[in-house]
Order: sequence, then structure tokens, then C-alpha cells
Amino acid sequence: MGRCPCSRLPLRVSFEMTLNAPSFSAPRMGRCRKFGFAAALFACVLVLSACSPERPEADALLILTGSSTVAPAAAELASRFEKSHPGIRIDVQSGGSSRGIADARNGLASIGMVSRALKADESDLHVVTIARDGVALIVHESNPVDALKREEVIALYRGEVDVWSLFGGSAKRPVVVHKADGRATLEVFLAYFGLDPREVIADVIVGENEQAIKTVSGNPNAVAYVSIGSASVNIANGAPIKLLSIDGVTASLATLREGRYPISRPLNLVLKDPPRGLAAEFIAFVRSEAARDVFDALSFVQVAQ
Amino acid sequence: MAFSLLPSRWHESPWRWRMIAIPRDAGAHLLIWTAALIVCAAFVAVLYDVVREGGALLSLDFVIQPTADLGRAGGIGPILVSTGMILLVCLLAVLPLGLGCAIWLSEFREDHGVSGRFVRRSLDVLAGLPSIVFGLFGYTFFCQALGLGFSILSGGLTLACMVLPVFIRAVEVALRAVPHELRAASAALGFSKTARIHRFVLPAAVPGVVVGVILGIGRALAETAALLFTSGYVTRMPESFSDSGRALSVHVYELAMNVPGGDAVAYASALVLVIFLIGINMLATALVQHWQRRKGWVTA
Amino acid sequence: MNARGRAALWRDGFVGRRLRGFDVDEFTLSGMRLLAVATSGIAILIVSYLLVGSLPALQAVGATRFLTDRAWHPTQGEFSLVPMLLGTLWVTVGAVFLASPFALASAILGRFFIRGFLARIFRRMLETLAGIPSVVFGLWGLTVLVPRIADFAPPGQSVLAGILVLSLMILPTIALLADSALGAVPEAQLRAGAAAGLSRWAIVRGLALPAARSGIGVGIVLGAGRALGETMAIVMVMGNVVQIPTSVFDPARTLTANIALEMAYASSAHRSALFVSGLVLALLTIVLVWVSDRLGQDYRGEQGAAYGV
Repeated sequence: MGRCPCSRLPLRVSFEMTLNAPSFSAPRMGRCRKFGFAAALFACVLVLSACSPERPEADALLILTGSSTVAPAAAELASRFEKSHPGIRIDVQSGGSSRGIADARNGLASIGMVSRALKADESDLHVVTIARDGVALIVHESNPVDALKREEVIALYRGEVDVWSLFGGSAKRPVVVHKADGRATLEVFLAYFGLDPREVIADVIVGENEQAIKTVSGNPNAVAYVSIGSASVNIANGAPIKLLSIDGVTASLATLREGRYPISRPLNLVLKDPPRGLAAEFIAFVRSEAARDVFDALSFVQVAQ
Repeated sequence: MAFSLLPSRWHESPWRWRMIAIPRDAGAHLLIWTAALIVCAAFVAVLYDVVREGGALLSLDFVIQPTADLGRAGGIGPILVSTGMILLVCLLAVLPLGLGCAIWLSEFREDHGVSGRFVRRSLDVLAGLPSIVFGLFGYTFFCQALGLGFSILSGGLTLACMVLPVFIRAVEVALRAVPHELRAASAALGFSKTARIHRFVLPAAVPGVVVGVILGIGRALAETAALLFTSGYVTRMPESFSDSGRALSVHVYELAMNVPGGDAVAYASALVLVIFLIGINMLATALVQHWQRRKGWVTA
Repeated sequence: MNARGRAALWRDGFVGRRLRGFDVDEFTLSGMRLLAVATSGIAILIVSYLLVGSLPALQAVGATRFLTDRAWHPTQGEFSLVPMLLGTLWVTVGAVFLASPFALASAILGRFFIRGFLARIFRRMLETLAGIPSVVFGLWGLTVLVPRIADFAPPGQSVLAGILVLSLMILPTIALLADSALGAVPEAQLRAGAAAGLSRWAIVRGLALPAARSGIGVGIVLGAGRALGETMAIVMVMGNVVQIPTSVFDPARTLTANIALEMAYASSAHRSALFVSGLVLALLTIVLVWVSDRLGQDYRGEQGAAYGV
């Protein structure tokens, strides 16, 4: 924003008030000034709070809010877009998919970021899918298990497996890591394996992908499902985890891109109205070849135009 | 000390200063020292990990450069500036409100009736609410209802709501600890109540007020969830208080929880945060000492 | 009152109570009252915000079902908050009981057992501890503490880990407030104790601690508040399984973790149910404060001390 005229003004005004106030006579200056200064600061805060920033012109500022999964990619894309379009500002805010939906609806943001498929009651919004993110099972590096079949995963998450040795692992009890209700990765995972959320028996429940990865890194017996993107970047950085193949299909960016890997979720941008002007320009950039390496770096599969 | 193997008036005998004599309350001393050493050990353990993971990245460049590659490259310059601005807004709102409320609570008891109890209760409730509730409230109230948008201003004011109870209670403890003799003596000299508070009670309570400020700053700097929804996520250098700016703790959270491979930078940023905090605390303490010396309020 | 009168008031530093019909103390009182009202206004605003947010769920689901349902599956229409309520209670009470003695010992040590440079360093350490972001505590707990616990009681993410991390987080709050209360005990009292031949510990126990009791109590209540409201660190180390924990090695979810974990993706009814979590937390705070108040009153009654809360 930065165009709000009163955002900097009050500071100066109050300062002058403090210095030139006639009632502060010289000998008692110290004490009085303190009192006056406190009052001036308070006034300054009040004025600052009362100052509401003007709505920025739609053609120079774009606000994106929503999913914490999409936000890093969007922030990187935004800074690139800003470089090639001087005078344009794109503010990216995180805070979760539901915030993205809410902000896009009430106009607080021009574009909402949503890392799941839209629900039936959200059909009023205009959706653009920009990428796909695979969901894969991970275990600790030291776990001899490399692949799981569909029934095996279902048994694991129903709490029917007491030892890893059933699948060729150690004699330890598996620690099942699950996600919190409503998470997008949870929904696609459960849907693919046909599990009911109520029958899952978990040992640990986590929120973000990174938290699941850190949990598995610290526990040789843990199994979790996370975004392939997060997992591969972490493996490249030396995290002691590995991706399991499901029903014989390796979990990787390549198989996901070829469409062979079955479990994935869409990463969406949502708008109140069909994209116009700056928003349309930015979305076109996001879906262009120039943006591809940003998605690659985060192991998302770009959905191009 | 009901039970002791030592002669009954041992503590009066000249032998008690000898090394062989076990002091009567060796047990208590031992417990206190052990407990405090455990606290130190825990602190060192946490800090050691932060320094080990993040120390290598720390450099002047890291502190002043803008962020790049989602924070994994570059520095945290703009983020430090935003953090400072958020803290400033927060303190500017908390100090007058908090001081006023604390003074009313502890010095104007005759004015209370039921309301004193009510104000205290509401502060306790405020102190126990999770930060994410403050975040959602700030998002609805400051960002939307007051139209401040995602800005440093909204973030600072939201933080102020969070910090208020801690600050007020700390100031209240300090005010209550001011000896009644001081109040009585100044009243006997014919000072108005205003002058009594302003000239005697408050100066005597300043060290405690500083504890409140330090606790408040600590809580404010450590806060993530409340800021994620209000001051936001933008890593650009803020130009005014109505810009969105990412706070240091939000940066740490983001790198640790959302950016793959961001752990080292997260720890380095946390280290900067700790150093920043130590700096602010030292400054606050030094200012108060200077002020006390000038006023001749130094005791002991 | 005219401008010269006001100037005179400022110049005199408000020594006199009245000046030309202007009552300084009345003015101060109304000012302070206004600020206090503003402060509690914020609390009212936030609680009513929670109420408004949770109203849809309370109307659609009914208040009792949040206590009587079998489990928490908000997307499947089951809304029991009982396990999380108990999880919150367990971890808060545990952390307060663990942290308070350590905090008190730290405050006593810093105030009476060491002095000068060492005391300053110790104090600085507590202040620093107060400002380490919760996510750092969470990371530390997850990567250092949890694997250690998992060695003997898998999965490691447990109530115990939560209690340990929380204790570390609330310790500085309690310690610093206790320290400030201990520091305010009049020195004459302590000297009198010393002159009476009391040992150092006897002075601390018999004179300083009783005199600083109310301040210590406030510290503990504030610490408990922080423990109740803490989110990020808890989410990372406590396992977050919705179940009633039967031992400290079981994972459990707190009300705050519930909000933080699910708010990001929650919509409509689910979101409103999460607001109910916040509301229940506020109620829990009120109950806890009330209980601690009663306990404090009994104690104070026994001791016959004047105490203003």
C-alpha cells in the first residue's frame, strides 16, 4: 500500500506537539515532557489505528492468500513477476486453504490459494488448477520395507498390524502417523484407499507435511503419508526418509507427471469472478513455461495452459 | 528445622563457619542449586542446538540482505525491520493501556466495586486464549472491520491484545510491592493522589514495570499464529505501517514447517531472534539503571 | 479551566489536588478508569467474537453433544471435545506443577544466593528463555526430546513431552514474576531477619517467600494461562491423537492444538465447531482461575495476610 497519507504524518505531528507545547516550562521540562510524550505516543497510536489504508488500485496490487502449501511457490512466482513488471506489487499471504476461499469470497484477496479440490458448496468460485501434488507413503531410511500393497496400507492404518516383519521389516511395532481432520492430503489418501476416517487408528496425528517428515526422521518405526514434493526436497537435503512405492508404482515426480502415480491433489487458485486484468496476467504467467522451474524446485507438477 | 543432628544452638557457635560443619539447611541449598542448575542445563541444551544448527549461517550479510528463494537463500533484513516495526506498534499500544489499567487496578481500589474483579477476570481469560484465536480475531477485527488490511499495524495491535494481560499483571505485582509507608508518607505531605502515583509509586515500581515490558516483548517476539493472519507473510522491505511484513517468528515457523530444506535457516533466524531479544532486554535494563541513577533511586 | 491554569498544574507536577475548580485526582481516576474499561473491552470483544463464531455449531449441533458424542470426527458429524478438554487439563496442570518449583528455585537463587555478574547472567538467561519462539521449542522437542522418550516408550510424542516442553516455556514467566516480587520485599525486613541470627534459607523461607506470596501466585496463574494457550510447540510434540490419555506416555490433543491443526482446512460447520473449542478453552480458563482464587483465599485466610485480588 504505502499510499496512505496519514500513516507517516501523525508521527511527525505528535513529535512537534511534544517539543513545542507551550505549557511545558523550562525547569520542569524533563518530567512534563515524559508525560506529554506518553500522551503523544498514545495519540499517535490512536490516529494510526484510525487511519485505514485506501483500497489499492486494482491494476497495481494483487493480494493472494490461502494454502500454506501453495504460498511458498506463489511467493517465489510473485517476486519474479514483480521483477518483469515494474510498478506492480503482489502480496502473498499464508494461512490455510479455508482462508483462501473466505478471502476470495469477501474480496479481501484478489486470488485465493487452495490446495484441495473444491467442495460442492464452493462452486460459486472460479477455479484455475495450476499444479498437482502427489501424496506418498514414507518410512524411515533404515526400514527395510520398500513397497506396500493396497491391502497392506489399509491394514496398517486400521491398526491391524502389530509388527513390521509382516511386510518384511523389523520386529518392531509400526508407529502410524496420520493427519488432522480436513487436511487435503488426508482426504485424497483416505479416498484412494477407501478408508473411513473413523476406522483409522493412529499413534501420532500431525498437521503440516514437514511435521510428518520430521516425525518419521526421528522414529525408525514410523510410517506417514506426505506430499511427494516435500518428501523429495527433504530427501535431497539429507533427511533419513524414503518414499514407498504403492501397488508397484514408484512415487516420484516422474511417475506423477506421466500420470501413472495414482494419488494426487490439485493446487488451485480461486477467484470470485473470472480472471481479468492483472490477475489474468499473473495466472497466465503462473501457467507459462517461464514458471515451470519454480514448481519443479518444489516437486509439484505444473498444469500448463 | 525441627530435626537436626547438630547441637541445639549450633548455629550460634563459632564452629558453624568451619568447613566440617554441615549448615542446618544444606538440604534446601542443595535443592535450590540443583533446580537452578537443571534450568540452566535445559536452557543451554535448547540454545546449543539452535547455535549448532544455525550458527554456521550467521553473518552480517545474513542479517542485512533481503530474502531470496523462499528464505533459503539471502538474508533476513526486511524481516528484522518488520519485526521491529510490529514490536514498536505493539509497545506503543500496550504501554499506555497497560499502565493505566494496572494503576487503576492497584491504586484505585476504592473505585472498584465489582468491576475490579471483572477486569481481572477478563484479563485472566485473555491470558489463557490460544494465540490463533487472537490471530483470527485480529484478522476479523483489525484487518477487516477497521479496514487496516494485512499490515504491520494490524499485527502490532493484535499482539498488543495478547501481551496486555501479561504486562498488566506484572505491573500490578510491581505496584503492589511498593511499601505502603511510601504512599502514606507522601499523602501526609499533602500531595494529590495523582502526584503520589506519578512521583513516588511509579518510580519505585519501575524495575517491576521493566519486567513486564521484557515479558511482553518476549511473548510478542515469540508469537507466530497471531501474526500469520494479521501482519502477514510478505518478505518485502516495509515502507510504512500499513504495509504487510513478515515477523521473524513467522519466518522461523514458515521455514521450519512449510519450506522443505529450510531448517538451517530457521535455526539461524531463531538465533538472530534470540540475539535481538537479548539486545532489547539489555537496552531496557540499561535505560532503567541510567534513569534510576539520575533520579537517585538506586538502592543496594 | 483555562490554559494558564492547566499550565500551572503541569508546572506544579499536580502536587495539589485542586486548582481553580479542577480536581486532578478526579481527572486521573476517570482517565485510568477509561483505560481499564478499554482493556476489559478488548477481552469482551474477543470472547464475543468466539461466541459469534461458535453460534452456528451450537445451534446446529447443540451444546450438550460437544460433551456427549462418542468421538471427534467433525467432518462425519461427531463433535466430542471431552478428550481434548482432559488433554489440555493434564498437560497444563502437569506443566504448572513441574515448572513452579524450578521457577521458584531459580528466582530464589538469583535473588538471594548469587549476586553481581553471575546474577545478571542468570537473569538474562531467564529473560532470553521467555522470548524463544514456541516453534523453536517445538522443533527442539520434536528432534531432541521425542526420540529420547521414544527409546523407552514409543511413539515418544506424548503428554510427557508436552509437559516438559511447556514447563520450559512457562518457567521464565513464573520465575521473573517471582523474582520481581522477591526483589520488592523491603530490605529492612531481611536485615532484621539476619540480625536475629536466622540462616539464609530461614530468611528466604520465613520472611521473603511469605511477603512475596501474592506476586508468586500471579506468576503461576499467568504461567498457567500461557500453558493453556500454547499451540505450536504442543502440536509438534504431543502426538495430537484424540483420545483420553491413560498414561503420560500416551499421545493426546489439546483444545489449542485442535484449532491450530484443523482451522487451516476447516469450512462452515467444522470451522464453527473449532470456535467452540476456543470457547470451551475460555470457560476452562475461567474455572481454573476461580479455583486457584478459592485456594488462594483459603490460604490467605489462614495466614491472615492482606491481599488484594
